[in-house]
Amino acid sequence: MATKLKDMLETDEILSSGHRMCAGCAAPVIVRLMGQALRGPTIVCEATGCLEVATTIYPYTAWKIPWIHVAFENASAVASGAFEAIEVMREKGRYKDEHVDVVAIGGDGGTFDIGFGSLSGALERDHDFVYMVYDNGAYQNTGIQRSGGTFPGQETTTSWAGSELPGKTQRKKPITEIVAAHKIPYAATVSPYYWRDFIKKFRKALEVDGPAFIHAISPCPRGWRSESSKSIELSKLAVETGMHPLYEIVNGEEYNLSTPSKRLKELKPIEEYMKPQGQFKHLFTDRWEDFREQIQEWVNEDWELLKKKCTEE
Amino acid sequence: MSKVTSAKRVPAEQITIEGLTGDAAIAHALKQCDLDVLAAYPITPQTIIVEDFQKFVANGEVDTRVIPVESEHSAMSACIGASAVGGRVGTATASAGLALMWEILYCAASMRMPIVLNVANRALSAPINIHNDWSDSYGARDSGFIQIYTQSCQEAYDTTIMAFKLAEDHDVLLPAMVCIDGFILSHNVERVEMLPTEAVHDFLGTREPVLPLNPDDPITMGPLALTDYYFEFKEQQDEAMKNVPKAFKKVEEEFEKMTGRSYGMYEEYKTEDAEIIILTHSTTGGTAKAVADTLREKGEKVGVLRLRMFRPFPTEEIREILAGAKAVAVFEKCRSFGAASNPLALEVRTALYDLDERPMVADFVVGLGGRDVPPTTIVDGIRKTEEYLEKGEAPLYETLGVRK
Ligand SMILES: Cc1ncc(C[n+]2csc(CCOP(=O)(O)OP(=O)(O)O)c2C)c(N)n1
Ligand code: SF4
Repeated sequence: MATKLKDMLETDEILSSGHRMCAGCAAPVIVRLMGQALRGPTIVCEATGCLEVATTIYPYTAWKIPWIHVAFENASAVASGAFEAIEVMREKGRYKDEHVDVVAIGGDGGTFDIGFGSLSGALERDHDFVYMVYDNGAYQNTGIQRSGGTFPGQETTTSWAGSELPGKTQRKKPITEIVAAHKIPYAATVSPYYWRDFIKKFRKALEVDGPAFIHAISPCPRGWRSESSKSIELSKLAVETGMHPLYEIVNGEEYNLSTPSKRLKELKPIEEYMKPQGQFKHLFTDRWEDFREQIQEWVNEDWELLKKKCTEE
Repeated sequence: MSKVTSAKRVPAEQITIEGLTGDAAIAHALKQCDLDVLAAYPITPQTIIVEDFQKFVANGEVDTRVIPVESEHSAMSACIGASAVGGRVGTATASAGLALMWEILYCAASMRMPIVLNVANRALSAPINIHNDWSDSYGARDSGFIQIYTQSCQEAYDTTIMAFKLAEDHDVLLPAMVCIDGFILSHNVERVEMLPTEAVHDFLGTREPVLPLNPDDPITMGPLALTDYYFEFKEQQDEAMKNVPKAFKKVEEEFEKMTGRSYGMYEEYKTEDAEIIILTHSTTGGTAKAVADTLREKGEKVGVLRLRMFRPFPTEEIREILAGAKAVAVFEKCRSFGAASNPLALEVRTALYDLDERPMVADFVVGLGGRDVPPTTIVDGIRKTEEYLEKGEAPLYETLGVRK
């Protein structure tokens, strides 16, 4: 079913204004972009986190489509249950909609860490749902703690920068590749700056038969200590510096670099991404110059490796 | 309101009689309840339930999707997802599995999901032990689940069927735990009379969800509610729990029309003129009744109150039954470390406290980790209770059958 981007852009928004996310938070933008990719009736299963907490403060809700939250580590399992029940109830003639898409959403904490078991289980069981992680690089809802998605060098309240430590010392979990290694039909990284790429990929994720995974970079002015007006710019820089390259993995094997990343002649230095963010401030002192270089090396390495994996010209 | 079905007595020739273990009896009940989704994760002594059920699926005998989850945490989570869209849903667990579900039990209850959870009661680690006591489900007693403890394979079968009707009653809408004693019942073969599947279908009807997740009428489920609303949610949950006895009675009346069997929230056995009443549940209730029979033959006025429903606790009724006795001997397979006594006795003492004349309560912790509770252990407790009556004072609790 060929769908025109123009038509997708004309769909109703799924998230109303008046939600209580911070000014400049990219997460609501990401949800709206996702909304434009939806192809019909959809149910959202959400993990605990900023997005969940701020959009559903009882007795209000910002969600215009059916939405359920149960806990922090189980969005995928809830999605599995919803998916199977809908399927069987339809077979028994007790469900009206011919098709309902089930989407699970979690932050990086709820995806890379505590929710990983439930995500992996649902992928292995081949449940036909789309999982989207909005990755703001830390547990932001509980006040900026490190996660498996936190970049090296990032300062959080559980990976402080000081005279002995440069913020988080470990690398970021390669979640998209780990997920793709389940041999699911589709996994992709996205950035809200590249909104066409985002919407097209999300629609593709919905259309494949079986589980799909979307990894969105999601600037967080509060945790990143960045200007609230800079979030979309930062989601562009994340791609241009290779901190969050855009690519797809089809059936766990076929890697494709997406146009915005493919068009890059070379990566911008990570400084351009880090400078506008207070969370990397210490990396620009003499003490942590070396560590910054180390991070640049890691990013370069990963970028070269990724390009090698992307066979398509 | 629960839908009143026109239950009719099922003719004898339509009843199937088989020798089944408690687990198998429950698996058969689940098979006949026309579940939409069952979440399956193994843990001894429950595993046979989900294994047998999977066999029914493999042979096309049920219209149920089984989700072979990767943990009990996900089992209860998947149940909530399935229940939220309107499905009839069940799962089974024990011990560590129930402990791993703990967080999600509260969600299921508070989100008013009528899920049925069969528990084969088993001790908790450490040390690892696979045998029966009630520490697992007692630990979940405040989660908002209805809790019913059964004594026989027949009762486990019947109660599992009734649990769906009770949980799905619109005045209730709470999840229900149906418990059997691990190994003692889960692996013990007994005679079980099974209903024809159509009769069970007629009895239960299909679930009529009240506010499911439905794209035509979008709602937000499981939101954030802080100081301004949370308390009111809990108040509503409490109201739902208070509606259980009435709904349960209705469900049992219907079931009795069909089968001639009903059990009540508790079973009274020779309590009328009893001076000492044994209060316990599950298979220990069976042993206690045998003890009462023997002691009655010797002219001792002993009776048994076998509890079935622990949540909600039938406070009023139990108070009335116990009021006339001189003493209540509570036998329970759980220790609440650091508490004044133990879960069952705490409950009984609270129920009796407001009486002007209260029977004495003696609390005996027995059978932890599957330690056998033979009739002699019950008799020991009765003898001790007699001593305490004479002394006019009983300890808050003591353990029986343990090497000291
Ligand atoms: C079992 C459990 N542990 C901890 C928490 C506390 N908690 C709530 S949200 C959250 C962090 C969420 O982080 P993430 O998934 O990255 O989403 P974000 O808030 O950054 O959007 C934590 C730790 C919880 N709700 N449940
Ligand atoms: S803390 Fe960060 S992720 Fe959370 S709402 Fe604010 S900006 Fe968004």
